[in-house]
Amino acid sequence: MSTDKQEREPLFSAKNRKLLTNPLNIDNPITVQVLGICSALAVTAKIKPAFVMALSVIVVTTFANLIISVMRNGIPPRIRIIVQLVVIASLVILVDQVLKAFVYDVSKQLSVFVGLIITNCIIMGRLEAFAMGNKPWPSILDGVGNGLGYGIILIIVGFVRELFGSGTIWGYHVIPEAFYDFGYKNNGFMILPPMALIIVGIIIWIQRSRNPELIEEN
Amino acid sequence: MYSNAYIFRYAGLMVILVAAILSSAAMLLKPMQERNEAVDKMQSILTAAGIENVNSDNAIELFNQYVTNMIVIDEKGNVIDEYKDAGKENSEAFKVNLKDQLYNKSVNRSFRLPLYVLNKDGETINIVPLRGVGLWGPVWGNIALKSDFNTIVGVTFGHKSETPGLGAEIETPVFEDQFPGKKLFNEKGDFVSIGVIKGGVENFPADVQRHNVDAISGGTITSNGVNDMIKNVLESYVPYIQKRG
Repeated sequence: MSTDKQEREPLFSAKNRKLLTNPLNIDNPITVQVLGICSALAVTAKIKPAFVMALSVIVVTTFANLIISVMRNGIPPRIRIIVQLVVIASLVILVDQVLKAFVYDVSKQLSVFVGLIITNCIIMGRLEAFAMGNKPWPSILDGVGNGLGYGIILIIVGFVRELFGSGTIWGYHVIPEAFYDFGYKNNGFMILPPMALIIVGIIIWIQRSRNPELIEEN
Repeated sequence: MYSNAYIFRYAGLMVILVAAILSSAAMLLKPMQERNEAVDKMQSILTAAGIENVNSDNAIELFNQYVTNMIVIDEKGNVIDEYKDAGKENSEAFKVNLKDQLYNKSVNRSFRLPLYVLNKDGETINIVPLRGVGLWGPVWGNIALKSDFNTIVGVTFGHKSETPGLGAEIETPVFEDQFPGKKLFNEKGDFVSIGVIKGGVENFPADVQRHNVDAISGGTITSNGVNDMIKNVLESYVPYIQKRG
């Protein structure tokens, strides 16, 4: 099979570490690749569903990347997109079943969004761009990295929206009652999806102003 | 290149493998999922009765503590099953599939409906489970009635996929808190149901206020769904209520 005689790469070589860390910053799936925005708007009104969604996506990207990478030499190119979809869809159904069995409350809140992981472009994007052409281990790292990069943005957005929209963090009240007595009010606008778009926009703005290499030249 | 035969074999094998994995996972996890659904049902029944601090851990315990009787009635208002023992989640009433029974009703077949009787601080509360259709999918709920089967104590609603911020508002306290104190029957004793209407209930005369609550702005179809659901389900209990006298 493989004829390359190159030295065995250490598991966490600089190149492999980059696969894990790049998606967290300069190659972030949401803020740089602008994928998966839809679910980022939908599940981030509270941190808890955002966290569970992030976890589910990490699981699905990791295993989908691994499975496709293992299968990559046998997949007929003419039906590769369908094969990828079948792998993603089965993993998502598994995640959905597990959520229903172990964290029913959360699964009720996520309801349709779990099914929507199937259509999350991050996953298929990574399969097509990375797992189809790379070995299993780097593919796992790429999957974890992109899942984390997606999750981190989800949790930041969820944190801001829950704090200002409901005055709670993970369901616990953090804004003291005294504030409300002085006329402080939760911002109802934070709960609505457009606010998530604005927060993602602000994150992109901050990230680009700190990272000149991300700025396109016009 | 891959031959067509290879592609067909590959696809066929993959589909069979995936089907085997998914169906075995579904079968393994089914008991846990069913238990979660039962606990969720109990939680929403208890919450409708105004019992506070119900969560998924104490729901079964509280349910067995508060629920004194579970009744199944038929379309003529006859009691066909009663259940007063412990382990109530196994009773006939708890197992009634509301969706199937309401379908039977809609095609004029005979049907059976459940009724939960609770004892809260010495007061008898009757809970009627509801099910109907909203804009995008099913809506459901529980309605708690005083022992006179007329005055509403509380309601809970739920939905599968109504629009967040509009139709989905039916499950918020703002909407649900309008119901307590409303009446199902008018002063002559005729069944009227509870309506969900537009235009601000407080602008209407007292006899309209007695039987109606405000609809949700921008959620007209969901509001109508709730309106129809309450009428459709509760009118089926009228024979039973009248037989009790």
